[in-house]
Amino acid sequence: MGRFIVRRLLQMILVLFAVSVITFLIFNVIPNSDPAVRMSGRHTSESTIQAIRKEWGFNDPLYQQYLTTMKKVVTGDLKSQFTQLPVGKEIVKGLPRTFSLAIGAALLWMFVAICFGLYSAVKAGRFADRFLTIIALVGISMPVFWIGALMNYYLGFKLGWFPNGGYVELTEDPIDWFYHLILPWTALAILFIGFYSRVLRSNVLDTINEDYVRTARAKGLGERQILIRHVLRNSMIPIVTLWGLDFGAVLGGGAILTETVFDLQGVGQYTAEAIGQLDVPPVLAVTMFSAFFIVLLNAVVDILYAYLDPRIRLS
Amino acid sequence: MAEPLLSVKDLEVSFATEEGVVQAVDGVSFDLAAGEVLAVVGESGSGKSVTAMTLMGLTRSPNARFAGTATYKGTELVGASEDELRRVRGAEIAMIFQDPMTSLNPVQRIGTQIVEQIQEHEGLPDQQARERTVELLERVGIPRARERVDNYPHEFSGGMRQRVMIALALSCNPSVLVADEPTTALDVTIQAQILQRMRDLREETGAAVILVTHDLGVVADIADRIAVMYAGRIVEEGTLDEIFYDPQHPYTWGLLGSITRVDKPRPERLPAIAGLPPSLANRPTGCHFRPRCPHEFSECPKVPPLAARVPDQPEHRDRCWLSVDEKRTKREVTPGEIGLADKERTPA
Repeated sequence: MGRFIVRRLLQMILVLFAVSVITFLIFNVIPNSDPAVRMSGRHTSESTIQAIRKEWGFNDPLYQQYLTTMKKVVTGDLKSQFTQLPVGKEIVKGLPRTFSLAIGAALLWMFVAICFGLYSAVKAGRFADRFLTIIALVGISMPVFWIGALMNYYLGFKLGWFPNGGYVELTEDPIDWFYHLILPWTALAILFIGFYSRVLRSNVLDTINEDYVRTARAKGLGERQILIRHVLRNSMIPIVTLWGLDFGAVLGGGAILTETVFDLQGVGQYTAEAIGQLDVPPVLAVTMFSAFFIVLLNAVVDILYAYLDPRIRLS
Repeated sequence: MAEPLLSVKDLEVSFATEEGVVQAVDGVSFDLAAGEVLAVVGESGSGKSVTAMTLMGLTRSPNARFAGTATYKGTELVGASEDELRRVRGAEIAMIFQDPMTSLNPVQRIGTQIVEQIQEHEGLPDQQARERTVELLERVGIPRARERVDNYPHEFSGGMRQRVMIALALSCNPSVLVADEPTTALDVTIQAQILQRMRDLREETGAAVILVTHDLGVVADIADRIAVMYAGRIVEEGTLDEIFYDPQHPYTWGLLGSITRVDKPRPERLPAIAGLPPSLANRPTGCHFRPRCPHEFSECPKVPPLAARVPDQPEHRDRCWLSVDEKRTKREVTPGEIGLADKERTPA
C-alpha cells in the first residue's frame, strides 16, 4: 500500500509538469500575437510594453521563457497588471473562503446524495423514488447563478433569514461563519446532489443483484447491514471518482459563479474579476493553481479507490 | 419414519413476468430426515434451485407468489416474517451457492465475512469468532489458514473460494446444508476434492444436506435419496439404488441414458433427450414430459399423481401412468441398458 501511494504521488508530479507546459503554451505562445502587448492591457504605452517584454523575457528562446514564467508563478512574484497587487497574496487571501465553501459543500452534497441515492434505490419504482427523481432533475437543471440569486433575494434580502452574501472569518466567529455559508453551500451542493444521487441509485440497483448480496442475505444479516456493509461500499467506487474531480475543481476556485453570487471574495471570484479585466497574470496563476488541486484530488481518489477495492492494489 | 427435520408440502412458487406467470415450482413435497443427503436432480429450469432458495426465503420479491408449506423443526418457513427467517438463515439452514467467484464480497477479507455470520447468530467476541474462523478454514482444507484468513477473495482460486463458502456455511453448525450446484463452476479435478470434503464434513457434523445438481455422477457418490424434478414437479423420488437400478419415470431413464460411461465403447453420438423442456409460462396439460416422451398414450393428458407404484418399494414414488411391468420393458433400449428411445418424428 505504501509503495502504491509513493508511485501515485510521483505520477502526480509528472502530470503537473505537463500541465504547466501546456498552460504556458496556451497563455504565452499559442495566441500568436505579441504576448507583451496582450499582457499590458487596453490602455498602454510603448514603454510599458517594453518593460513587460524585458521582465518576462519574451525575446528569449521558448524554454527560457517557460522557466522565467514558472519562476514567477512559483515564487509568487506575479503581479496583477491592473492593480499591481501580488497575485500570490491575493490567492492566499481568498483561500480560506474558497476552502470553507468547497469543503462544506462537498461534504454536504456527498452525504445528502448518499442518503437520497440509497433511499431511492431501496424504494425503486415506488412513489418516493419517483419523487426523488423529479427533485434530482430539478436540481440538475437549475443553474447556480439563478438559484443562488433567488436564495439571496428571498431568503436573504426579503425574509432576512440569512445574511445577504459576504463572509466572516472562521477564527473570528465560527457561528457567524457557518451562518454566512449556509446559502452558498446549499446552492453549490444542489446541482451535485441531483447528479450524484442518480448515479448512486443506479449503482446500488446493480449491486443489489450481485451474488454476494444474496450470500449476505443467506447469512441471516438484516437489510440495513446488507445495504451498508455489502451494497454501499461496492456502489461507492464510481461516485468517489466523480467526487474527487468535482471537489478538486471547486477547491481550486472552480465555483466562480457561487463565489460571485454570494460575494465570498474567494479564489473563484478573484478569477472572475481578473478575466473581466483581461488581466493575464492572475488568470495564468489561478489556472495552474486549479490544475494542482484537480491533479492532487485525483491522486487522493486513486488511493481511496485502493482502500475501497482491494483488487486495485495488486494491479 | 421418524419426525422429519424439514418437511415440504405442496410448495408452489410462481413469478409474474412480461411473458406471463411463470410457474417455477408446482406442488413439490418432500421430507428430509436429520443427517440425510437428498439430491434434487433436474435440468436447467426444472425449478430445483428455486425450490432450494425458497426454503431460505431468498426468492422473495414483489412479483413472486408462494403457496404450500415448508416446516423446519416446527417453524413454518414459507410464510415466515423476515425476522424469523433471519434467525434460521445461516444458523439452522445454510446455503452453498453455485458460483464461488461471485458469491463472496470482493472488497471484504474472507475472515471478516465468516466472522460476520458467527457474530450475527452467536454474538461471540472478535477474538473467539476469529479463532473459530481459522479452525473452520483448516477443516475445509485451506492451507496456512491463519495467514489466509486475512486475504481477499481475489487471492483465492475457484476451488479454494468454494471451500471458503463451505466454511462459511458450516460456521454456525447448521442442521441443514443446502448446496445449489456446488461443483458446477469448478474444474473436474476440483469437483472431486470438494465432494470428498463435503462427504467428510457430513460425517463429522451430521448435518442433513439438500444437494441440488444436474449431474447424476455427483449424486451417485454422495446421496442417500434422489428427487428428480422436471418442469417444476418432482417426477420421481426414491433411494439411490431405486433410482439408479429401477427407475420408473421415462425422464429418469433419459437422464440415466445420457451419462457417458468410460467402461463402455464410445457412442457415435452422445445420447440426449430429444426436444426441449417446456416454457414454464406455457406448460403442457397433464404430464409435463408428454411432448418429449416416446411412450405417450391415452392417459397422459391427465396429471399423474406422485405415488408409490412399485410393490415392495413404499418410498419409491413417481408420476407416470404406465404400469410397472410396461416400464421395466420399455426402459431397456438395448438389453441391460436403461435409456429413452427416440420419439418418432411425425412428418409435418
